[in-house]
Amino acid sequence: MTISQIEITSDELRHLVSNRALEGETLLLNMGPQHPSTHGVLRLLLELDGEKVVSCIPDVGYLHTGIEKNIEAKTYEKAETMTDRLDYLNTMGNNLAYCLALEKLVDLDVPERAQAVRVIFTELQRISSHLVWLGTHALDLAAMSVFFYCFNQRERILDIMEMCSGQRMMTTYFRPGGLWRETAAGFEEAVRAFIDDFPRRVDEYEGLLSKNPIFLDRTKNVGVMSAEQGVAWGITGPSLRGSGLAYDLRKEEPYSGYEQYEFDIPVASEGDVYARYWVRMQEFRQSLRIVRQALDKLPKGPFRSSNRKFVPPPRAELGTSMEAVIHHFKLWTEGFSAPKASVYVAVESPRGELGVFLEGDGGPKPYRCYWRTPSFVNLQILPLLSKNHLVADLVAIIGSVDIVLGDVDR
Amino acid sequence: MDSVLQAILQDLEKTFAAKGSEFRGQASLLVPADQIVAAAQALRDQHGFGMLAALSAVDYWPQPQPRFHVVYQFKNIPQKLRLELRVALDGNEPELDSISSIYPNANWHERELWDMFGLRIKNHPDLRRILMPEDWAGYPLRKDYPLGYEEVEFTFNFEEIEQRKPRPKE
Repeated sequence: MTISQIEITSDELRHLVSNRALEGETLLLNMGPQHPSTHGVLRLLLELDGEKVVSCIPDVGYLHTGIEKNIEAKTYEKAETMTDRLDYLNTMGNNLAYCLALEKLVDLDVPERAQAVRVIFTELQRISSHLVWLGTHALDLAAMSVFFYCFNQRERILDIMEMCSGQRMMTTYFRPGGLWRETAAGFEEAVRAFIDDFPRRVDEYEGLLSKNPIFLDRTKNVGVMSAEQGVAWGITGPSLRGSGLAYDLRKEEPYSGYEQYEFDIPVASEGDVYARYWVRMQEFRQSLRIVRQALDKLPKGPFRSSNRKFVPPPRAELGTSMEAVIHHFKLWTEGFSAPKASVYVAVESPRGELGVFLEGDGGPKPYRCYWRTPSFVNLQILPLLSKNHLVADLVAIIGSVDIVLGDVDR
Repeated sequence: MDSVLQAILQDLEKTFAAKGSEFRGQASLLVPADQIVAAAQALRDQHGFGMLAALSAVDYWPQPQPRFHVVYQFKNIPQKLRLELRVALDGNEPELDSISSIYPNANWHERELWDMFGLRIKNHPDLRRILMPEDWAGYPLRKDYPLGYEEVEFTFNFEEIEQRKPRPKE
């Protein structure tokens, strides 16, 4: 097939494929958007020479939901429910980024207990996100049983999230100024039971993959990225740490009290698919360490700020205090206002730097809320990494960059 | 504010006739639109801001001057610094120079600016829509672009609403 036969947009794409495609010497092939190994609705236009990838043109936007536009039409508090839907494997992390940006914009305090619970949940979320990544990544490379083991354990984390927030995935549990409500009875026991049991599961996964010759063949020296390339392309998270740069926002710009916890940043220097796999496997253990420390010194106290201008009063106060009724009414009708200014806050999501740019205009609705999502930025380097690799390797590379299409398309 | 960052800010303010500001410890610099490529180059090569962390825009419609602010977030990893650069653009069809030759990941960000705000990026290697379909009309994140919604259908007005519903093109 020659390029002129492909579709109406071929003229626009001509500068992206090699001249050989015009002669029909190389094959142009669509991969996706409905393809299991693209991890969602990612479409790739591949130019192939035999089975070798000559060029790869990602086409994103199939999952575009217009969340940034929608957020502008909601009050600050209501807009938060939208943030869960961006990166649906990192719902608590999205909530956290949004809340931190908002708290910075309006200068709102967060009690210690809320911060510690936030850390516990975002780290559990990181584990569950990595579990989905590991399961699907291994599945792409034809190791099916890992997928079942991973999803089994992920369910235990979702159960803990459901226990506290009432929802398995779309939690909206963190709210501006703290948490939605106090953690459920039995929360600490459930988390402890999970973190006591989980280390041996990680060993089990590593036993299945780390020395598996087929897995090693598929991952070693595939999709090599240097640290310089990574920085220039804005790559963050485990993908960058797999290239030898210990860049982790939890250490670089600590938020939510991460500076109190002892943990290491796993770094591998090879920069290939296996290095990125190895980094994430180590992150399981580091996340468990953080959760254990946070749980051990989980402070007692309020779970939400007492600043009534931003945080609604507890139900019990409404019966006795006129002021509480007024605050309640104002917050749930008009909402609170933020100053005419902007902030940019970044947190470390399981995929890298998740940034929120939030601008207020003095009113109760965000004037602009921009999401710097790690998947969007990390996906951009895919054509570079997949060049001159086989199509089968391309699948391994997509898996190792760990994208979530909800996060890419927003 | 960090003293290193202070020095960088002063230097940039002098060279590019930029205007600095600060909010809650975050530094921001308003750079003239024709200086953005030079400023980005200086940030990367002289001041160590190796990473373009984020790039987006804000629409101040109906205000015509400036109608848009393009907001760049730069990160200096070795010195742990962040700096925001803003560029003000006037009018309904503004143009802006691409910085994708300096920061390669600006490529998709700038396509998004074109797609969502209709900012025409000059010298861009691949300026196509990125998130919306290529035949889409309008720029969704502009403030004069209405937020669509679905009308509620009942049996008595079902057909009427079905008829005026916008449909994707064939």
